[in-house]
Amino acid sequence: MRTLYKFHGGVHPPSHKAQSTQAGIAQIPLPTRLVIPFQQHAGEAAKPIVQSGQHVLKGQLIGIPQGFISGAIHASTSGTIAAIDAQPVAHPSGLPDICATLIPDGKDEWVKRESANYTGLSPEELREKLRMAGVVGLGGAVFPSEVKLKLGQYKVKTLILNGAECEPYITCDDMLMRERAEEILSGAEMLRYILGAQEIVIGIEDNKSEAINAINQAVNITGIKCEVAVIPTIYPGGGVKQLIHVLTGLEVPSGKLPAEIGVQCFNVATVYSAWRAINHGEPLLSRIVTITGNVRYPQNYQVLIGTPVNEVVAAAEVLSGTLGYIMGGPMMGLRLPYDTVPLVKASNCIIAVSKKIFPVASPAMPCIRCTRCVEVCPVNLQPQDLYWFAKSREFGKAQSFSLFDCIECGACSYVCPSHIPLVQYYRFAKSEIKVRSQEKLNADKARERHEFREYRIEREKTEKAEKLAAKEKAVLEAKERAAKANESTAVQPEVNPVAEAALPKELT
Amino acid sequence: MLSALLVMAGVAIVLGAILGYSAIKFRVEGNPLVEKIDAVLPQTQCGQCGFPGCKPYATAIAEGAAEINKCPPGGEEGIQKLADLLGVDPIPFGGDTQPKEKSVAFIDENTCIGCTLCIQACPVDAITGAAKQMHTVIKAECTGCELCVAPCPVDCISMLPIEENIGRWTWKYPQFAMVVEQ
Repeated sequence: MRTLYKFHGGVHPPSHKAQSTQAGIAQIPLPTRLVIPFQQHAGEAAKPIVQSGQHVLKGQLIGIPQGFISGAIHASTSGTIAAIDAQPVAHPSGLPDICATLIPDGKDEWVKRESANYTGLSPEELREKLRMAGVVGLGGAVFPSEVKLKLGQYKVKTLILNGAECEPYITCDDMLMRERAEEILSGAEMLRYILGAQEIVIGIEDNKSEAINAINQAVNITGIKCEVAVIPTIYPGGGVKQLIHVLTGLEVPSGKLPAEIGVQCFNVATVYSAWRAINHGEPLLSRIVTITGNVRYPQNYQVLIGTPVNEVVAAAEVLSGTLGYIMGGPMMGLRLPYDTVPLVKASNCIIAVSKKIFPVASPAMPCIRCTRCVEVCPVNLQPQDLYWFAKSREFGKAQSFSLFDCIECGACSYVCPSHIPLVQYYRFAKSEIKVRSQEKLNADKARERHEFREYRIEREKTEKAEKLAAKEKAVLEAKERAAKANESTAVQPEVNPVAEAALPKELT
Repeated sequence: MLSALLVMAGVAIVLGAILGYSAIKFRVEGNPLVEKIDAVLPQTQCGQCGFPGCKPYATAIAEGAAEINKCPPGGEEGIQKLADLLGVDPIPFGGDTQPKEKSVAFIDENTCIGCTLCIQACPVDAITGAAKQMHTVIKAECTGCELCVAPCPVDCISMLPIEENIGRWTWKYPQFAMVVEQ
């Protein structure tokens, strides 16, 4: 048995997970329209390679990854591309982003799939395949998995599977582990092979006994060496750094990556889709989404990427009194600006919001410096100080208090007796700091260009002056020679060939 | 008594020599304060301060010849930064110097006659083109100084505000309406 460690702080919000785990994963009827954003992952957006009006097959590449950190985008079903333009997406700004609108033809016709046995492929080949299959972290950060598998000088000893799923309401990973445990383990073994890791550990919170049983059974059936670690239920125990600490006792240093301390962590759903991508040749086209909250049939659904939220929730029957939808969990999720935005690779849960489930928040009161936020902060920060600095726009100080180590888990806001939306202040401060550092970079570049221009103008001036001086000198010399020649012609009537050659072209 | 005096004098001479030597050897070229002030300025090189660029303005501030509230692109925050750096009180913008929205120059390529006047005016070489060829602004390098607008003989350059998009969007300062429960 593994020794488990405890991270600082954490909270115990009511889990609300039972209602969406009563039934298995259901399918959603093919939607009438799919809107597939080209930016569904961390890093650079994919570049569209299809045109409006073009017919595509299910699994066909429609956006190619650009740059080092990027992901591929595929058509989720067969049909016709109706448009490639800016559409509203799930983003806190409510601003549109470039998307492909796909009208399904109802045939769900696959492109040619190439299944492969990973043992016959090198880690490089597998990484390239994962990149082109658009496999990204499905836990929420949507970081391209292939980049996490590229280790460089680091050596990974432990591969951790994240099955903690600590946020209330969300049960998509739970259901996936219950129903598809064997494929998760096969995928884990494949990732272990790519990383060259020695051991696999899966961390599951102790409120998911069925998932734990399913994984244990799958370990027995497949014979894959994987340690099932049952960890205490606490929010945010599913945070990467928190889970690594609980399972290994190691702390990922500030600003460093887990790989640097010999650990790499993947969400169970990511591992599952990596397995489907290699072993079945299926790119990431769908994911499991929990539909819960103010609906008649809270349940997990297998949803095609790009399905509009309103078509997904319709399957679960929205009850009256629904005021809107949250994408993600109640702690870190995002209130959707429109209910027509598409579900993306990052969407693990949709909660229908009603006044009963989420009562109107009490107005924020002044901070009384009770430091309850300090007690629950899983990263050992001083949230009350960060709030103070962010509020007074003292960004330098906020940064020196490790603002960028904040994982925005919302535990501080959850316990705040003054109902201060602390995380919003941190997000504000973080984005202001990022803007400023970008502006500073731009200013430095502008200074460099300006200084070079001044130098160039100066150089041109001196070059001109030198040229002019040389010309004048040549003219003078020519005159002198001509005078001398005139003198000598009195005796010798011959033209001096040297003087003629020395004359600048312009004068001859 | 005499030996003590000699020792003290000797020490003074040696130390003085060291100081004198290092003053020459490690002499700082230029005014370091100018560099510091220049680092705070936004480098638009727009000349709205009345000086021909950011460095001349920085030099003027360092010499005490200019106030710190003459840089509209720097905004209120720029004044605050300069005040912090120089240890003086921030002063508000005065008169016709007012901060304005960030923008970039845009050349209407149908109207452009290729006279190169704007290229010569651009302080950061952000306009490409050649004589009798169409010119265009390199958006990423444009500082929004507006110096290219006036020289254009056909008025084909306009300043466009930088449009907000999803990549450039930032979280806003939290503001909440008080909701009264019925």
